[in-house]
Amino acid sequence: METNIDEKEVKLTAKDFKSDRDVRWCPGCGDYSILAQVQRTFPNIGYKKEDIVWVSGIGCSSRFPYYMDTYGFHGIHGRAPAIATGLKVARPELSVWVATGDGDLMSIGGNHFIHTCRKNIDIKIVMFNNQIYGLTKGQYSPTSEKGKITKSTPFGSVDYPFNPASLALGAEASFVARSIDREPKHMQEMIMRAAEHKGTAFIEIYQNCNIFNDGAFTTLTDKETKADSVITLENKKPMIFGKDNNKGIIIEGFNPVVVDLNDGKHSVDDLLVHEETDESPIRSFILAHMTDHPGMPTPIGVFKQITKPTYDGGVAKQIKNVTEKKGEGTLKDLLYTPNTWEVS
Amino acid sequence: MAQEKEKEVEVQSLTAVTVRFAGDSGDGMQLTGTQFSDTTAIVGNDLSTLPDYPAEIRAPAGTLYGVSGFQLHFSSSDIHTPGDSPDVLVAMNPAALKINLKEIKKNATIIVNTDAFDKKNLNTAGYEANPLEDNSLEGFKVIEVPITTLTTNALKDSPLSPKEVVRCKNFFALGMMYWLYNRPMEPTLDWIKQKFKNLPDVADANEKALKAGYYFGDATQQFTTRYTVEPAELPEGTYRNISGNEAVALGFVAASLKSKLPLFLGSYPITPASDILHFLSKYKNFGVKTYQAEDEIAGIASAIGASFGGSLAITTTSGPGLALKTEATGLAVMTELPIVIVDVQRGGPSTGLPTKTEQSDLLQAMYGRNGESPVCIVAATRPNDCFEMAFEASKLALKFMTPVILLTDGYIANGAEPWKLPKPEELEEIPVRFHTDKETFQPYGRDENLARPWAIPGTPGLEHRIGGLEKANITGDVNYSPENHQLMCELRAEKIEKMKKFIPDLEVDGDESGDLLVLGWGGTYGAIIEAINKSRAEGLKVSQAHLKYLNPMPANTEKVLKNFKKVLIPELNLGQLSKLVREKFLINVETLNKLQGLPFKSIEIQNKISEILGGKNGN
Ligand code: SF4
Repeated sequence: METNIDEKEVKLTAKDFKSDRDVRWCPGCGDYSILAQVQRTFPNIGYKKEDIVWVSGIGCSSRFPYYMDTYGFHGIHGRAPAIATGLKVARPELSVWVATGDGDLMSIGGNHFIHTCRKNIDIKIVMFNNQIYGLTKGQYSPTSEKGKITKSTPFGSVDYPFNPASLALGAEASFVARSIDREPKHMQEMIMRAAEHKGTAFIEIYQNCNIFNDGAFTTLTDKETKADSVITLENKKPMIFGKDNNKGIIIEGFNPVVVDLNDGKHSVDDLLVHEETDESPIRSFILAHMTDHPGMPTPIGVFKQITKPTYDGGVAKQIKNVTEKKGEGTLKDLLYTPNTWEVS
Repeated sequence: MAQEKEKEVEVQSLTAVTVRFAGDSGDGMQLTGTQFSDTTAIVGNDLSTLPDYPAEIRAPAGTLYGVSGFQLHFSSSDIHTPGDSPDVLVAMNPAALKINLKEIKKNATIIVNTDAFDKKNLNTAGYEANPLEDNSLEGFKVIEVPITTLTTNALKDSPLSPKEVVRCKNFFALGMMYWLYNRPMEPTLDWIKQKFKNLPDVADANEKALKAGYYFGDATQQFTTRYTVEPAELPEGTYRNISGNEAVALGFVAASLKSKLPLFLGSYPITPASDILHFLSKYKNFGVKTYQAEDEIAGIASAIGASFGGSLAITTTSGPGLALKTEATGLAVMTELPIVIVDVQRGGPSTGLPTKTEQSDLLQAMYGRNGESPVCIVAATRPNDCFEMAFEASKLALKFMTPVILLTDGYIANGAEPWKLPKPEELEEIPVRFHTDKETFQPYGRDENLARPWAIPGTPGLEHRIGGLEKANITGDVNYSPENHQLMCELRAEKIEKMKKFIPDLEVDGDESGDLLVLGWGGTYGAIIEAINKSRAEGLKVSQAHLKYLNPMPANTEKVLKNFKKVLIPELNLGQLSKLVREKFLINVETLNKLQGLPFKSIEIQNKISEILGGKNGN
């Protein structure tokens, strides 16, 4: 990983990343945890404070940049990935992060999101998914479940939600991960992994909006239920979960199936082994779609991480190559081309 | 090659000629016209061009709506327009003849490709009888040439397919016109060699077709007169032929060099602005970064991001794209970041007339945003002026930390003319200073021009946050207080007004006061100048002024206008500058509005001047 910290410099702490602005999210909001985990991780990502920029769109999550003592840009609805792209292409040496929500990124900003992934712009997108519009006071969002009753859908929504991980994978993002607001250690690890990744990194964080969609992720966070409802993805490890690590995932055809490791018919060796770096998208898609099947655990962790050249790197390289070939352009070269003539 | 034989050729010297090449959109008329223009520029004529092509890339062959035209006015003296009516029409098929017949001079020369005048093409063009046979072209000098046959004959040894051979006929027509107007073939021969260096058979065929056309002109008894147009007496200097879009591109690269800021373009392809993206993407060794975004919004949003990072950031578009960039333009107003937005105007509303010119985005540029959202607006007057105005727009954006909209239009963007190149050392420096001092840093602190400091990421100790929420003056914190919002709205407006100190006064050509001032803006300049010259030649007293700065307008604008009994504003819209002028200065103005997707003909303005001043109409 690239690091630009001078060894002799004072080590930064979480406090160094706290801005002097009062945090104005509702008390109890999952956003607080995300802010805390970012602030805890950032001293270690290998960038100086002044070289980090947070860009956001509109929504509760998009207030995030105000609370980070880095450079920040609070943009307009949905456009954060496009603003961040311009910044990163212009200044590839910066560490550029996007804070966004499910409405901001999956709805109005959908186009920018998929194209950022496709181009593999080296920016990190952290999407706070609370499956609701918070700042506009509680309409259903593109990640709300079908049938959701909200102010704008009093009889239940009739459309289908996006599966963010699947969308990111489909758009060829080179890094796709998921975490939960109530899993601080895990979230820190995901943030660190995203920071280390060269290319578009997408982290979906399940975030509880205790005002408009409270309890959306309770089964995934409640002590009683979480062990049986969540599976933590670990590279090269068999897919085991459950209270007593007694369950596993096998693949039948293209479908994931939960098996009981104590039933005498299955052993750990039968289980699907997680391969983050698999070039084929099939495994990661199967994992992303596990949430479609009732009774299947929800995966958290890194679905996929592959290495491929970035867009911003490509642009910089072309400029370098052409400049080496043609020499640095001057005003004279620009204006006085071969097709001129003299009038005297 | 045609057999050379002796014939009597009279050489006649002309001062100015207007030629129009017209054919199917697949006939290569734009290429033919561009080649003729470039060669004409090199022999030293002044010139002005008007490409006029359909929105369809390959409209069905032979149709009226598929006709693509290229008009070129060249002269031994100073000219300003592509010419009102052609003296010569080269019609590659019946549709091209039919469409253009009403445009050309009464006694014009028409060169037709007789091979294309078959039953099918005549029908498609809606001709019941062949116009070449029914005397309907009486009064014109018609020269019938079987261009397709002659091209095929000349290329009978070519390995190209018959279809590809026929495609070379535009070079035959070009060769013929080179002979007729005494132009050298070398510039085009060089161009062919370069362009088709990987396709030697195509290069060979085009070269042969060009030469065959030239020698046909020399040999045929149909041409008994050859014309010369002496070089124009242009001011001393080095020249190149340039289109408005290319000049815009060069202006920004020059501004990048002079401000020592890297140039970033975020853009989405749109007619007629895409060429700016094409040109800029070639200048990699000038450090230019071009980003072809996923849509118009990402085009400007990426430019805003790059500007936040310290680039000279621009976005290029046309009317529908400007509409899409509306919200983000407001963001740049609120964050007080420098960007330049180029709008190459075309016929609207909606998709409108993508390939046709208009000046109907002035009010959109002025008011098309939510809230009180003032931006600086400048407009270029002619193809070669686009360089200066792109440079100027960059300068103003950087000096005042504000978005600037540069308006050009389809006519000057695609039209070309000779451009006297500035000397590199004559271009002024654009001083830019990033803020780096922690002690004095206030994100929305202001200098004497009300510009805020530009502190870019990477500067230690200056970490700060900006965005689209209302900002407190000086500190830049989010602030919703009533007094602050009023103050900020007023400051943003005042900042634009302050630019008046830095923009040149409005100049009057002619008397400083009198009965009539013709006030133009943007791309109508050439037609107005020609109309003024002709009116004066007829003894009318009329003055003229042209606005290149629309917001703010030059400080002396009101004074200039109030010295005249009447002010005439010709514009290619329903009266947008007229509205602004009436509203700003409480004076009435006469209007002349044209919305036909075409530039003004000078005669149209001349007639209006006559009408107002009681003179007689021209014709
Ligand atoms: S509305 Fe919901 S998401 Fe927004 S701050 Fe409050 S709890 Fe958090």
